[in-house]
Amino acid sequence: MSENITYREAIKRAIHKAMSEDDRVFLMGEDVGRYGGSYAVSMGFLEEFGSEKIIDTPLCESGFTGAGIGAAVNGMRPIVEIMTVNFSLLALDQILNTASKLLHMSGGQFNVPLVIRMATGGGNQLAAQHSHSLEGWYAHIPGLKVLTPATVQDAYDMIGLALEDPDPVLIFENATLYNSKGDLDVELSPVEIGKAIVRREGKDLSIFAYGINLIKALQAAENLANDGIDVEVIDLRSLRPLDDEMIMASVKKTHKVLIVDEGWKSGSISAEIMARINEQAFYELDAPMARVCSAEVPFPYAAHLEQAAMPQVDKIIQMAHKVMEDL
Amino acid sequence: MKLDMAQAEKFYSQMLLIRRFEERCAEAYSHQKIRGFLHLYIGEEAVGVGVMDALSDEDAIVATYREHGLALVRGISPQSIMAELYGKAEGCSHGRGGSMHLYSADKRFYGGNAIVAGGLPFAVGLALADKKMNKNRATVCFFGDGAVAEGEFHESLNLAALWNLPILFVCENNRYGMGTALKYAESETNISKKAAAYKMSSHQVDGMNVIEVAKATQKAVKSIKAGGGPQFLEALTYRFRAHSMFDAELYRDKSEVQEWKKEDPLITFEKRLIELDFEIDTDKIEKEVAKIVEDAVEFAEAGTLEPVEELEKFVYSQRDLS
Repeated sequence: MSENITYREAIKRAIHKAMSEDDRVFLMGEDVGRYGGSYAVSMGFLEEFGSEKIIDTPLCESGFTGAGIGAAVNGMRPIVEIMTVNFSLLALDQILNTASKLLHMSGGQFNVPLVIRMATGGGNQLAAQHSHSLEGWYAHIPGLKVLTPATVQDAYDMIGLALEDPDPVLIFENATLYNSKGDLDVELSPVEIGKAIVRREGKDLSIFAYGINLIKALQAAENLANDGIDVEVIDLRSLRPLDDEMIMASVKKTHKVLIVDEGWKSGSISAEIMARINEQAFYELDAPMARVCSAEVPFPYAAHLEQAAMPQVDKIIQMAHKVMEDL
Repeated sequence: MKLDMAQAEKFYSQMLLIRRFEERCAEAYSHQKIRGFLHLYIGEEAVGVGVMDALSDEDAIVATYREHGLALVRGISPQSIMAELYGKAEGCSHGRGGSMHLYSADKRFYGGNAIVAGGLPFAVGLALADKKMNKNRATVCFFGDGAVAEGEFHESLNLAALWNLPILFVCENNRYGMGTALKYAESETNISKKAAAYKMSSHQVDGMNVIEVAKATQKAVKSIKAGGGPQFLEALTYRFRAHSMFDAELYRDKSEVQEWKKEDPLITFEKRLIELDFEIDTDKIEKEVAKIVEDAVEFAEAGTLEPVEELEKFVYSQRDLS
């Protein structure tokens, strides 16, 4: 049976379930307890689960992320919340040099079953140091898994999937999605890590997107349908591993590709997807691939400038027409 | 702590094993059997031997890239350590880690961290899990004086004290962060004072004196296991060899090194034993150690190379952890 709830509520319920069922699970991060979580995901948890399970940390991203890694290796199942991906750079050494490499450096002896959640994305006038989407960077790193839930169902399912995983999993929650609503059916079997999903079937053009831009891509597709363009929209869901199989299957079906990615264009995950299509399905293409990314500028504070820097529905529509005209 | 004959022999043997093992490593390096970075612990043996003596099998160790000695004393087989340095599949990290990344799950030896101060937050996490699981065991985290300037040092000490964790921080203060003397790196060169500022019990100990290190560690570990929270030991020591095999040692005078060699932990320990009227057969120990080292070299030489087809192993877990 499904229920219409917010993305925030879905994450909250998934963490609540995990903590209720598994003594090893605890939540740790800045302001997760008394404040209730900077995006209110863990509101009320401190009262319910106590300070042993809901740990307010000092402002020391490297310290508490590293502590999460150590606790995970030593038998716990911590969920580390980093307020935003922009702050995670202070913990990058721990994530890259310890979490992602420990299994390998130890010749398979020590795995790191750690879940790190962080908010990502712009659009809220939080300016250049709070707004960027750096999940594509993390997708560069072998040893990590990088998840980007776009729907309420995925927001719920991915917490459970990540906690079951023996290796470090990073979950990127787009800040603009917390208040969005959707259906959650807790009885459904979760779609596994590394699998993309076709969110809209189409035959003329494939749009690949993740997170908030899935929503924008779906809106654009509706619009394009009015112009007689039948768009297939694929939700990547996971940036590492990427679901090459589904990406290539869609390319083979539509022969035209548009990627939407809130990262900066240079060296982005969209560039990686293009490269893979080039390597694996080049002769399936009927037109040059295209992408809508963020402008190569730190996000400005002023609303009109920030919006101009980000992928938008109209830009997606415009680029889709261009791909179709390049035939 | 009361020193008896068996203990005296153990300390001497362990320190000598580190010394001879690493001398052999340097030789193997010059013959290009070992490559990459090789950081020798020679001169600092008393710290590792003294600290390890106070630990039990269930305690955990987090070390730095200068950790051969610690790995040996913890009981990781010398063969598997040498094989690791040779990059062989029989190495304690399967040839994936090398000198700076020795690991053993059996011995609860968690590396081998080559990012200065990178091991401190991790060690805090090990201790945090022990506390949560009500396991009465200690985590010992080694790091050098260079780590003290890193943010992780301060973040970790704060967390450990704030959460009253069962952890012992051991600063191996060998006076140099690579080629930069402590006085050029720290406004306060008494590192134990910095730890004390985080409200944890903190002491300096003569890191060239294995008995003193062992005593101080026993006291600290006892307090930790009684629930007393974190402890800090600053072991004052000295590295006799270069930072790594690439270091021309332009930053210190040879006379300074010679002066410190008068404090050689092996020689001073032998003198102390004579003063205490303990007679240990150093020739016999020397022979035993030589045999262990040669066996290790032989094992490493005979080791196999992991097939290149297995290159991408150990990136993600294959096992089911349920």
